[in-house]
Amino acid sequence: MSHPYLSNDPADIRRKLLDAIGISSVNEAFSDIPKQVRLAKSTSLPKPGSEVEVRREVERILSNNVTSKDALSFLGGGVWGHHVPAAVDTLAGRGEFLTSYTPYQPEISQGMLQSLFEYQSMMAELLEVDVVNSSMYDWASALGEAARMSARITHRNEFIVPHFLSPERLAVLKSYANPIGIRIKEVHQSLHTGQISLEALKEEVSSQTAGLYTENPAYLGHLVHNVEALAEIAHDVGSLFIVGVDPTSLGVLNPPGRYDADIVVGEGQPLGNYVNYGGPLLGIFACRNDPQLIRQMPGRLVGMTTTKDGGEQGYCMVLQTREQHIRREKATSNICTNHALCALRAAIYMALMGGGGFRRLGEHLFSITQYATQQLSRVDGVRTPVFSGCHFKDFTVNFDRTGKKGVEVSKRLLERGIMGGQPLERDFPELGDTFLYAVTEIHTQGDVDALCEALKEIVEA
Amino acid sequence: MTGFRQARWNEPSIFKVGRTKSHGVCSPFSSEDQKMGVDALTRLIPKNLLRRDEPNLPALSEVDVVRHFTRLSQANFGVDNGAYPLGSCTMKYSPKVNDAIANSDKVHWIHPHQDESTVQGALEIMYKLSQWFSEITGMNGFTLQPSAGAHGEYTGALIMRAYHRERGDLERRREIIVPDSAHGTNLASASMVGFHVVVVPSNEKGCVDMDALESAVSERTAGLMLTNPNTLGIFEENILEISRIIHDVGGLLYYDGANLNAIMGKARPGDMGFDIVHLNLHKTFSTPHGGGGPGAGPVGVVEALEGFLPVPTVGRDGEHFYLNYDHPQTIGRVGGFYGNFEVLVKAFTYVLSMGGDGLSRVAELSVLNANYLARKISEIKGFSLPYGSGILRKHECVISCSKLKMDTSVTAKDVAKRLLDFGVHAPTMYFPLIVEEALMLEPTETESLEELDRYASIFAQISREAYEDPTIVLNAPHNTSVGALDEVKASHPRTFCLSWRMRKKQQERKP
Repeated sequence: MSHPYLSNDPADIRRKLLDAIGISSVNEAFSDIPKQVRLAKSTSLPKPGSEVEVRREVERILSNNVTSKDALSFLGGGVWGHHVPAAVDTLAGRGEFLTSYTPYQPEISQGMLQSLFEYQSMMAELLEVDVVNSSMYDWASALGEAARMSARITHRNEFIVPHFLSPERLAVLKSYANPIGIRIKEVHQSLHTGQISLEALKEEVSSQTAGLYTENPAYLGHLVHNVEALAEIAHDVGSLFIVGVDPTSLGVLNPPGRYDADIVVGEGQPLGNYVNYGGPLLGIFACRNDPQLIRQMPGRLVGMTTTKDGGEQGYCMVLQTREQHIRREKATSNICTNHALCALRAAIYMALMGGGGFRRLGEHLFSITQYATQQLSRVDGVRTPVFSGCHFKDFTVNFDRTGKKGVEVSKRLLERGIMGGQPLERDFPELGDTFLYAVTEIHTQGDVDALCEALKEIVEA
Repeated sequence: MTGFRQARWNEPSIFKVGRTKSHGVCSPFSSEDQKMGVDALTRLIPKNLLRRDEPNLPALSEVDVVRHFTRLSQANFGVDNGAYPLGSCTMKYSPKVNDAIANSDKVHWIHPHQDESTVQGALEIMYKLSQWFSEITGMNGFTLQPSAGAHGEYTGALIMRAYHRERGDLERRREIIVPDSAHGTNLASASMVGFHVVVVPSNEKGCVDMDALESAVSERTAGLMLTNPNTLGIFEENILEISRIIHDVGGLLYYDGANLNAIMGKARPGDMGFDIVHLNLHKTFSTPHGGGGPGAGPVGVVEALEGFLPVPTVGRDGEHFYLNYDHPQTIGRVGGFYGNFEVLVKAFTYVLSMGGDGLSRVAELSVLNANYLARKISEIKGFSLPYGSGILRKHECVISCSKLKMDTSVTAKDVAKRLLDFGVHAPTMYFPLIVEEALMLEPTETESLEELDRYASIFAQISREAYEDPTIVLNAPHNTSVGALDEVKASHPRTFCLSWRMRKKQQERKP
């Protein structure tokens, strides 16, 4: 039987094709492959399945996953479960968007182009930075590209990052930086406040510094208080200042454009995208409106233009002379396929939220995080957060004084249907037996209270 | 012959839809902050970090947003709308069951840091998919981490670099060889990792010129990146010799999987001598392109290179699946987590639907369709099929419009724009660079004979128009949501506009 996805599989159609091409069997079409490497039937692949069979099989396997809808999850640390408005799924799922390619023919692809332009535009408003590209793979690769861009612009080869950086992000940064000789230097952060010591930083920066990177909020959830000073220190030595953000904080927190960021990166996943076991995510990449920076920017940019007769407004991909299909080995990056659909989802999300929605969301996230740390710190021996000051979504929980090992606590929580935070001890032993927990707007106060109750039982048992 | 009219909404910018200032628009969650008993934010957050004004986003009701993006979708064109034979992009039909399964809580709501015991389903899918990819390509192990083909290339180039460094040979091995018909990403990826790129020319058959290759290789060669079949759609008949030449000088052979669709189930890169392979799941394995991504670009390697794979991969211990960090010479990580899992689920579903047998039929029909189309179009006045005369193509073909241009001044770009008027997408234009006035067509296995005939008949009509009165072709497109766009102005340093913010500033500057 012919396969439903293969229109020309029936024997009579195949015959028509063969006759038109002038060959007698399909094997002739593969006769240019050397005999030694022509494949006999492969056996270890599955047999074709009907839609009923396939659906049952994949869903059977997937049923072995425990989701944050099955159990209460407090995992975050760079990718977070946020509410995804139903309209996002409906709109982004439309086949005209979903099954289109990169908009190489702008006249027939205005929908995606305008959507991406609006993603760039709304993200630019959140960040208060004029230029945003139409997406990178994730925060980590955006950071890697930012380091490379800094090095290209400054002709220097040192990139300074805070010590308490997501280990995954740091690993990706190194994969992007090391091959071309960019050295990653870590700068010390106080174990009490999490803040970078400005004195120590001044010792680290030099005429070799291509970029200084900070995140706000930081990986461990605390706020970086002295961002203006960091910008000044970076700029004083002729380095670029790069800021990493979680856009859900920007209804409340000052945008990086206001404290002189040259390049902004971040994770756009919280805006209308699911957690998806860590992918696809949405790498934010933005820079100041400076031709020197824009020319060195990686990734695709959508711009506004008009029809040739000037009569109508339209959109197309622009400044492509930076890109691989034109510049080849001299391109600013090799990226072409990016995460456009995730950017579309973020655009729809930003449009649904509006400025007021972001303000409310940010306030709520700050509040629920403070509530969580307040409540949890009442559990005997639990210390949270480890760094002083207000936290956002992510917060550290230390178990050193509970008489229990954190991993043991996590196991007991899981038995109670709660997924606790991720362990930090392997990467940051100086923090002791500490875990990174997170809350978002999908958590209620009741959820936090349930976590507290469970922790009390476990710790006090 | 066409009733195609794309929607023309003249949809305004989202900043001009609806009201100008927010009032009463609710974010889609409820909040109980007042009852939480926490300090006011103005006391919690240092003053210098507080944002003064709300972000300047449009203030819309949900129905405004839904209509805006629905209209925009109607001004877009995907495989679901019609034929999309964009060469090298493998725009095959994306089966709906793939999306239906991936759009489930069991995919959406699992977190990368969850305990392994709670993600056994995800790990099983990733494990089996890696096994299948190894089987399909003849590799030994796979990483699913890269997010796209170019990301896979970067991963592969890092592996080449790490391999030579481990052998103490990196100082010498600075060169990556690519044919002149290569995708731009190959050169960019190699150069991003710090290699110098050496380009070798194609011969009259469109394949790697063997003499040129012989003289290009040396002890400086780190590897060769090759697309096979190449971007002309021609299988590199000397592949075994190419492999010998590269391996004899100590280099590695890299397979750009953009064109795997043509040979799936027919031949395996591993058997041809390739050491590293990347796949494009959004091409070969039917996952939708999403307007430019997300895709996925898994990378496979031979046994000797398994230790270099990014961490983690997925391992199996009896019935238990686990994240495997045991790759002693690992290049580290190229992505934050384990790859685009949602995309992997779609590819997994696709392989189950097609089965091994179906995948080789995919290759057969993609090749038959491409040759059928190549034959039909090259017989039309003004079009030709340069290189490898009389040689069958694989899954794609490159038509040249240079005769048409000489006779009528209608270019490949004009033909492409006119095609849009008929409710089909244009081929890839002006690539590969070695063909003048190139239109690169890849119909894929999912287009029907009737659709191929229709596509060819549109070419015939455009040819007639060009030779009789080219005005309608030169002014195309006419039936799309906008007419021909000024792409030069769009990129001009004085006029380019990349965001609504920039536009406002530009307008304020004007008197």
